[in-house]
Amino acid sequence: MTYLAKPKLHHPDLPKNAVGFTRRDYEGRISTLCAGCGHDSISAAIIQACWESDIEPHRVAKLSGIGCSSKTPDYFLGNSHGFNSVHGRMPSVATGANLANRDLLYLGVSGDGDSASIGIGQFAHCMRRGVNMVYIVENNGVYGLTKGQFSATADKGSKSKRGIANSDEPIDMVGLAMQLGASFVARSFSGDKNQLVPLVKAAIEHRGAAFIDVVSPCVAFNNHSGSTKSYDYVREHNAAVNRLDFITGREEITADYEPGTVTIVTQHDGSKLRLRKLAHDYDATDRIKVMNLLQQSAAAGEVMTGLLYVDAESSDLHEHLNTIETPLNRLGERELCPGSVALEKINAALR
Amino acid sequence: MAKRVEAVNDFVIKFANVNGSGSASANELFARSILRMGVPVAPRNIFPSNIQGLPTWYEVRVTETGYQGRRGGVDLMVAMNPQTWDADVKEIDEGGYLFYDNTKPLPKSKFRPDINVIGMPLTEICNSTYTDPRQRQLFKNIIYVGALSALMEIDPNEIERLFSEQYKGKEALLQSNVKALRLGRDYAQQHLGGPIGLKVRRADNVGHKIFIDGNSAAALGALYGGATVCAWYPITPSSSLAEAFIKYCQKYRVDPATGKSKFAIVQAEDELASIGMVIGAGWNGARAFTATSGPGISLMTEFIGLAYFAEIPAVIVDVQRGGPSTGMPTRTQQSDITACAYASHGDTKHVLLFPEDPTECFEFTAKAFDLAERLQTPIFMMTDLDIGMNTRLCAPFEWDDKATYDRGKIMTAEMLEAGRDFGRYLDVDGDGIPFRTYPGTHPDRGGYFTRGTTKNRYAGYSETGPDYIDNVQRLLRKFETAKKLVPAPLLYPAERPARFGAIFFGSTSPAMQEALHVLADRGIHVNALRVRAFPFQDEINDFVASHPWVFVIEQNRDAQLKSLLVNEAKVNPSRLLSVLHYDGTPITARFIVEQISQHAAARTVVPLKKVVS
Repeated sequence: MTYLAKPKLHHPDLPKNAVGFTRRDYEGRISTLCAGCGHDSISAAIIQACWESDIEPHRVAKLSGIGCSSKTPDYFLGNSHGFNSVHGRMPSVATGANLANRDLLYLGVSGDGDSASIGIGQFAHCMRRGVNMVYIVENNGVYGLTKGQFSATADKGSKSKRGIANSDEPIDMVGLAMQLGASFVARSFSGDKNQLVPLVKAAIEHRGAAFIDVVSPCVAFNNHSGSTKSYDYVREHNAAVNRLDFITGREEITADYEPGTVTIVTQHDGSKLRLRKLAHDYDATDRIKVMNLLQQSAAAGEVMTGLLYVDAESSDLHEHLNTIETPLNRLGERELCPGSVALEKINAALR
Repeated sequence: MAKRVEAVNDFVIKFANVNGSGSASANELFARSILRMGVPVAPRNIFPSNIQGLPTWYEVRVTETGYQGRRGGVDLMVAMNPQTWDADVKEIDEGGYLFYDNTKPLPKSKFRPDINVIGMPLTEICNSTYTDPRQRQLFKNIIYVGALSALMEIDPNEIERLFSEQYKGKEALLQSNVKALRLGRDYAQQHLGGPIGLKVRRADNVGHKIFIDGNSAAALGALYGGATVCAWYPITPSSSLAEAFIKYCQKYRVDPATGKSKFAIVQAEDELASIGMVIGAGWNGARAFTATSGPGISLMTEFIGLAYFAEIPAVIVDVQRGGPSTGMPTRTQQSDITACAYASHGDTKHVLLFPEDPTECFEFTAKAFDLAERLQTPIFMMTDLDIGMNTRLCAPFEWDDKATYDRGKIMTAEMLEAGRDFGRYLDVDGDGIPFRTYPGTHPDRGGYFTRGTTKNRYAGYSETGPDYIDNVQRLLRKFETAKKLVPAPLLYPAERPARFGAIFFGSTSPAMQEALHVLADRGIHVNALRVRAFPFQDEINDFVASHPWVFVIEQNRDAQLKSLLVNEAKVNPSRLLSVLHYDGTPITARFIVEQISQHAAARTVVPLKKVVS
């Protein structure tokens, strides 16, 4: 981190997006994380994605649990409301917040300790309920703030900085999300901005639980040789299955592609995801095939990245509950209270 | 020949049944038929943690005076469960009655000489009338209700009217129930030797009162109070509260134009998630609540601390049961007072409300949402199994259509635009309550970061001592403000000058009201104060200070309210005498009278302090 304050002045001609904001308007406070932390790159990708997607910053609610990753919502979208809640419990807070006002964009940021260890239960139920949110796990396999203990995503056999090997099986968040019914599942690497920014943009457009597992090396405790979550390891073993190039809003975007290498996935609202295939025959809409491939690539020691699965016909919790279009937090006595006449009838039925 | 208890409209009848045998609805029918004759009843379920097969009891106190507390003692036992026969027979008061199924003969040793025994071959009658085993079981219950109605002179037309209301449009069910009822009546009239000494005589003491359980009433309070988000996890004895809320919402909260719901109810994966959802929704401006019991409160405490410190509205209904641990999950206690008052780590204290009956469950639950949003903090509705899961005769619900919801201090986009200074934790007018903004209010003003960590008045992260102290001292000022907003204690003055005071709360109320009358008849005059909320108002201190001795009546082992009074209201502990009932059954007037009488007898001398002063 740096102790130097960020200058507030900026060039008057900074480019603005369609809703009238400069990229600077999407920034937050100066990060207090270690220099070189993967998490800061993810924050930058979120800033870029929100700006490019023309999201009004104050219409985003940022939610997190506890840990290094959970601190990051302070470092982007400074004018948005943020909620740094309880360790491992961000999903329930996000669920409640989402129920109260379906009009905001919910961005949950969590870590592997927060979501795979203490909060695995809430992560699971949030996915299976289909809470309409972007759920990013900044995954480094280690507890940073408490100085280097293994988390539940640390690979079996990977070594801590002190040289101790992890003997427990790792939890694969992507596999778990697939199993639990998440309708958008992606994995990326904090060091690959070109891949990550479009993934965040696509997740924003997605209706339902959109999960992105971002391998994000911890420079302080998990970037040594022997770690499977280090910059070097991920760069060497990254197997991207596709590149997400465009997410169009409503209009068709034409681009030059070799026939046969592009898949277009049309989502419920008409938006289109253009997937440029890298792996031959990869079909991101076939749940069972994806699950099989995930197992195979894990067995081969690869880190499979890209938009791994998307359900174009996804739905969300509000749809399941059949809630009214007006956000619940905008309803008052007139809409909610049945009044004294109805109460008198209730009384009469209880006699 | 045993003597016969003779009583009109004032006795206790207890049904001993097997769980899952369909007896509950028949027994409630019996209680309602007496109500319809204008005679108040106070029924209570005594049930096990079981679905089918274990013993269950239903006790109906017929009480012309309207006392809703449990009386104690049994005048008539309807012994339908061989499993509990010995204990059930033993429980009958001398001269009381035993009604049983005599299809199979029982040895003489199974009876008592000092009670009146009425045998009726219920199984035989059912077996000769019905072929379907399920019908044999279900109608057996209706047949004994029919027989009892004849023995106690209950108007059969009232029961048939209840049937016709219940089975409106279901003619076949209606007819078969009426048939079973008459079968029982006819048999009793022909073979059981005329009415017994316990009689129901038509009266006019029910009036406009309503008959409802506290959980349904609280659910209705949440409906009227504008709750839109409910997150819950099933736990006895609170589950029926959330289920009643679902039922009421489906009836009153579906938009007729679109068929869409103006509510969101989630059965969460556990209590941690349910309170998390409530806090998320409260943070985002919706009125949200959860219903739970002691073990759920234990799980929620980390989140409750966050809501206290980050100042987020939440309503938690705690339908208390016997603890600790799984404790007595189907029995009643008031034993979560300390756990809720100080829920969470660090220095915390929370607002508690103590309703006495379903009427106050309705009123206080609705009010809890105003309090939660005004005070921006969790509010606990402290009810219990006795109120929550028993149908109680109580005052009808009232609602003022002119009343508006108090949404508290909300800074709007207009206020921000006009340049109002916004500090999320800034006390602008001395009441300790800051303004808050809803997420998404304004493009560049009013946004803030909510956290459980220390912060300054403008919600900036701070770990400095002065900022911490400034914040927690403000929270104390806010708690002072709460005193003025929560329901005030109610005084029940004795008719004669009284040396003794008594403090009671919650479900103890009906037994206490009755005990006060009995005590007064015995010449023991007691001024009583019903505490209805925590934080405690100054009236409570004044009340204690004006009596040499004050009884504190509670349904827990450790005198939790007394501790709270000493700790928080700083009352003189040497004046307080505990009356504690905690065996899991609801407290009775008999118990209170006995305890207070003993204490009073031991303190007939004027205290020395009084003499010298």
